[in-house]
This record gives sequence, C-alpha cells and structure tokens, in this order.
Amino acid sequence: MSTPHFDYLDRLEAEAIHILREVAGQFERPALLFSGGKDSIVLTRLAEKAFRPGRFPFPLVHVDTGHNFPEVLQFRDALAAELGEKLIVRSVEDTIKRQRLREPGGKFPSRNPLQTYTLLETIEEFQFDACIGGARRDEEKARAKERIFSVRDEFGQWDPKRQRPELWNVYNGRIQRGENVRVFPISNWTELDVWRYIQRENIALPSIYFGHPRTCVVLPSGQLLGLNEHLRLDETDEIVERQVRFRTVGDSTCTAAVESDAATIDDIIQDLLSAKVSERGATRLDDNISEAGMEDRKRNGYF
Amino acid sequence: MDLLRFITCGSVDDGKSTLIGRLLYDSDSVSLDVLAALENRPTVHGTVDLALLTDGLRAEREQGITIDVAYKYFTTPRRKFIITDAPGHVQYTRNMVTGASTADLAIVLVDARQGVVEQTRRHSLIASLVGIRHFVLAVNKMDLVGNDQAVFDQIVADYAAVADQLKLPQVTAIPISALLGDNIVTRSKNLSWYTGPSLLEHLESVPAFEEAAIGEPRFQVQFVIRPQTDDYPDYRGYAGRIQSGEYRRGERVHILPSGQESVIEAIEVNQQEVDSAAAPQAVVLRLADDVDISRGDSIVPVGSQIHVAKELEATICWMDERPLWPGRKLLVQHHSAVVKAVVSAITYKVNVRTFGRAATESAQLNDIVGIRLKTAAPLVVDSYQQNRATGAFILVDELSGDTLAAGMVEAMQNSFVPEPLGFTI
Repeated sequence: MSTPHFDYLDRLEAEAIHILREVAGQFERPALLFSGGKDSIVLTRLAEKAFRPGRFPFPLVHVDTGHNFPEVLQFRDALAAELGEKLIVRSVEDTIKRQRLREPGGKFPSRNPLQTYTLLETIEEFQFDACIGGARRDEEKARAKERIFSVRDEFGQWDPKRQRPELWNVYNGRIQRGENVRVFPISNWTELDVWRYIQRENIALPSIYFGHPRTCVVLPSGQLLGLNEHLRLDETDEIVERQVRFRTVGDSTCTAAVESDAATIDDIIQDLLSAKVSERGATRLDDNISEAGMEDRKRNGYF
Repeated sequence: MDLLRFITCGSVDDGKSTLIGRLLYDSDSVSLDVLAALENRPTVHGTVDLALLTDGLRAEREQGITIDVAYKYFTTPRRKFIITDAPGHVQYTRNMVTGASTADLAIVLVDARQGVVEQTRRHSLIASLVGIRHFVLAVNKMDLVGNDQAVFDQIVADYAAVADQLKLPQVTAIPISALLGDNIVTRSKNLSWYTGPSLLEHLESVPAFEEAAIGEPRFQVQFVIRPQTDDYPDYRGYAGRIQSGEYRRGERVHILPSGQESVIEAIEVNQQEVDSAAAPQAVVLRLADDVDISRGDSIVPVGSQIHVAKELEATICWMDERPLWPGRKLLVQHHSAVVKAVVSAITYKVNVRTFGRAATESAQLNDIVGIRLKTAAPLVVDSYQQNRATGAFILVDELSGDTLAAGMVEAMQNSFVPEPLGFTI
C-alpha cells in the first residue's frame, strides 16, 4: 500500500479539527472567542470542517473593546450571519460602567488590559467551561509555553508552574466547578502558516488586512497608528497619509499598521517572507512594556 | 513540504536552549525585534544569550534554567520543524515526557567535558519508552575540549552501550558547539575531522512521520454529528480522527467495545465524500446500519487484531507529587474514552541508571513503573509497541482532574480479539 502524502498544512489542519472535536466532546458549555481577525476567522473555517453539516456546538463570542476597527466589526457580523451561527457580543464599555473601572490614560489609551474583566464577566454570565481562542505559540515567548488545553482557575488565572502535562494528543479537559479551560487549536501554527492556509482555502478577510490609504499618526518609534477618535494627540504629532495594511487587528489604539501595497493574499505572503520583524513586534504597542508583559497579563486572566 | 517534530534533551547546562537559539538564529528565523530585545540584556560573555530565545517565563530567566516545555517553529526550504525544548532538571522530568510524547526525533545533548551522565541515560530511556525512533547524539561544547576527536569518539562509544541496552533503532552522532555554531547549520572547519552532516542537514533528511499512515486501521469516535434539520433529518455522522492506517468506503467494520458490525457507507472529509482516507486525517464516517455508537467507541475493520480488555499491564511515568500506591482508584483517559479504574499492583520500578527492574511498593514523582490496571469498562487497545496512538493513555485524578501519569500499554489480560459475527448482508 502506498503511503498517502499529507503536507504540513494538512497535518496542522487535522490536529486543529481533532482539538475542536475534543472540546465539543468534553465540555458542557464551550465558546469560540471570535474577534473578526484572521486567526479567529481561520478557527471558524476549521469548525465548519469539524462539525458540518451540523451546527457549531458553541456560540461565537466577541469581547468588543469599543476600540475596534469598524471594517472588522462589519465583517464579524456578516460572517456570523453567513455561517448561521449564534454571535454573542459583550462590551468593555459596559464593564467599565458596571465595575467603575478607570479608563486607561495616556496618548494611546489601549483597552486591552480591560478586556480581561469583560471576558471573565462573560464567562461567568454564560458559565462557559471552555473558551477556544486563536492564539499561537509563535506570537510571544510566554505563549510558547502554554498548553493546548490550558486550565484557568475561577479568576481566570494561568499558573505556568502548575500546568498539566499534555501527553500525545490526549487532551485532559477535566475541571472543577468555576474553573475553565482555554483551548488553542492553532497553537502550532505560525503567522505564515495561517496566511498559507487562508490562501489555500480561499478564505475571505476584512479589508484592512490589504494595502489601503489611511491617515496615520507617526509614533516616536516610527510605527504608524491609524488615526481614530480615541487617540489623544498633541499638536506636534506628525499626521501622514500612507498606503498601509494591518498584520493583526486588535485594539485600534495600540495596533500599528505596516506600510504595504499588498493587494492580494499572495502579495501578503511575499511581504511576510521578506519581513524581518515579528507580528507583535511590528504592531503591538503594549507587549513591550516589560519583558514579562504578556506572561503577567496571562497570569491575570488575559487570553 | 513535510513536518518534523523533534525534542532536545539532556542534562541541565548541556546547552539545549542555546542549541535551539542557535538553530533559529543561524537559519534566519529570529525576527529583528526579538533579537533587539535580547541584545538589550546584559550578558556574561558579551555576546547575545541565545538561550533566552526559548526560556520565556520570568522564573526561567531569573534562574537561568528551563522549567517547562517551550515550542518553537522554523522552516527551511525543505521542511517545517516544530521544536520542543524540554527541561533538563530531574524535578521537571514530567515536562520532558510531555515534550517527548509528540516527537519524531530526539536530540540527546551531551557536554563534551562531562560525557554520558545519569540524565543522558534517563532522557534516552524516556525518549525510547515513548517510541521515538530517530536519535541524534549531539556532543556539545567541543570547543571546550580543543575540538578533540578522541573525546568525541569516547562519548560515542559510551553512548553506544546505552543505545544497545535500549535497543534504539537509529543513532547519529554529531560533534557540535552550540555557542559558536559549529556543525549546527553548516559544517565547521574547527571540526574538520568530522565528515558527516551538520545537525540541520541531518534534520532535513531524516524520514518524517512514516509509521502512522501504514499501520493497521484505527479510528475512535470523538463526536456524533446529528444536525436534525430539514436538509439532514436522518444524518448521523461519527466524527473523529484516523489514528493509524487507511479506511475505505464499503469496508465491513466492528464497533467496539460492543462488538456490533456494520459497513462504512461513506467517508467524508470537509463534507466531501471520498473513497478512502488515512491517518492523520480528521474525517466523518457514516455507517450502513443504525447502530448504537457514542464518543469513545472504536470503529475498526472486521479482522483487526485489536484487543478489548478490562485488565491491562502498562508502563507509566508517575507525574504527581503524591505517591501512587496499589489500590488507588482513578480515571483512565484513552483518547476520547474515559473509564474508572483501579491500580491493582505495581509490578516493578525501572532503575534509570541501569535500566534494570526492581520491586517497589509505590511510585514516587517521576518514577517509571510497571502497573496492573483493572478498568470498570472495557478499553479498545493495542500494545504501545504495536501502535503509538491506541497504546497510549493518561491517568487522571477523578476529583481534581489533574493528569497523574503517562501510560503505555504493554499487555492485556483476559482480553479478546473480536471475531466476525459470521453472517453476510
């Protein structure tokens, strides 16, 4: 018998579908965290492959910072409607009011740290016992340490020293009441893998991933931030018109654009192959606060 | 392009993290921003500390050791690699087992000044236990022994004894300096007496992932898809991943452990019907008959030499701080199947220095022991030797949910191999 050939994308896909089905099999009330960004869009495609012709055994859940890009929110709603799946949206704005949280200060008032509060509230509201996310281990050094099934305590905290051993592809999702599991089906994918998969599967994406003209603020680091109403600018700030695209679509106050003419997915892949700066390094303003910035936020319940 | 998963193992300070850092760095896989963050850190030698590329936790950087497994990725024109950087400390052996369980190849690092030490033996044992087939003996820090071929030859000879005892299928020895980059990506002039491949050349050429797809067909149900919609009123699909071998439409199958028989009516991949599918594909099987099947059941071709057993002998690596004593009740998770069980006996403990077996009354953290296990419901298993997927299980604490042990089936007691019911449709 000849051995069928599967390339690495086939293997990564099969692994991710297997993980999604384990979530469906092991948990009572899972959710898929869906931001409208490329990684969570890929997760919805994988969920289709895992569960069609049935419905997804979980709702899509978006924690809306209020600082999202409008193009992404439109895409989010359109995709949820097209899939015919339930979309739950909870907003950081409401959490700020309810819990009387202090809005972040500074010129670039990122709400990323506040997302955690809304996420934990949402988990409590719906009693979610598993939250599927599109995080990848190649994104950041603390992420590189995380298991695919990552057990969090009732405060959503991650304790890197007490992680369960994760053996073979046997995923242990057994938890006690109040705990939840964060599940990362595309842990082993890199940014380039995600784009190659999008290319192979011909997956539609929000327009801001492609090169487009945008009015931007030039940061002292040289990075470009799309101009929006949440930024608190000084008169001396340099405003420019540039052809840009986004490599990641988080909070618009801390997610920088990269200059690019890329009009197609093929162009983006060419861009990436020659890129010398990592996705987060190029685009996130909040990871570099301290060397353990991501680890500390994850310990506190951040996704 | 194909995929190779490998693990680095060896004792603390043998340079595992530096080696990975060097592989990433020399293969041009480190982004400038990540490198800049490293360059901002003060270093002892005045050079960039490549180990910091993998030691991602605050406690690891504070202590300068690896505590938990890190996964790193890089791609060459020939292959995509997933690197598992596992800790070397004895106290983190369970994390090393975690890393080894998914690897196709193990790089066993030895410090040229120290030679083969206890951790070399311990890690080689674990890597061989979990069924890794390809071993690289990487003799590191050759620069610190004057790049002396005699030192290398002695270590290779010492390790040959280990490989022989463990019956390691394939060992390739390479002299390297991770710190200087000698023989990592390119062959080094400093070690001109060595004529074999560089580490990366070897990693690019070793055969990857050949076993699963050609083994006996094995499939376990993860989830039953029942849309119950107007379009699909009677649709019932068994979703799961082919664990090994190949499945074909029209094949007669056993549903185990119940023993019912049916025929594969359709195999679906991404909602497309296909004639056949093979490991590691995620598929949906539909059967000709309305049989009772649920999550955890296995579907295998009639005539498969698979065992249905309630009593198993297994080798386990105990991973809990609290020791294991005979009589302990716990859960066995065999992929999607979870059953209650009791450890009826601990039959031996492996001495990691000699690989010999000795009697023991209990298993302590990181011990490798043989056990007898009685389960409340039958499991559908192969020996681990026969099948790395269906011979593997974990032990789980019923209350806390903690993973207690990695288990590998050695033998089955009072088991039966299902026979065809002997009628035709």
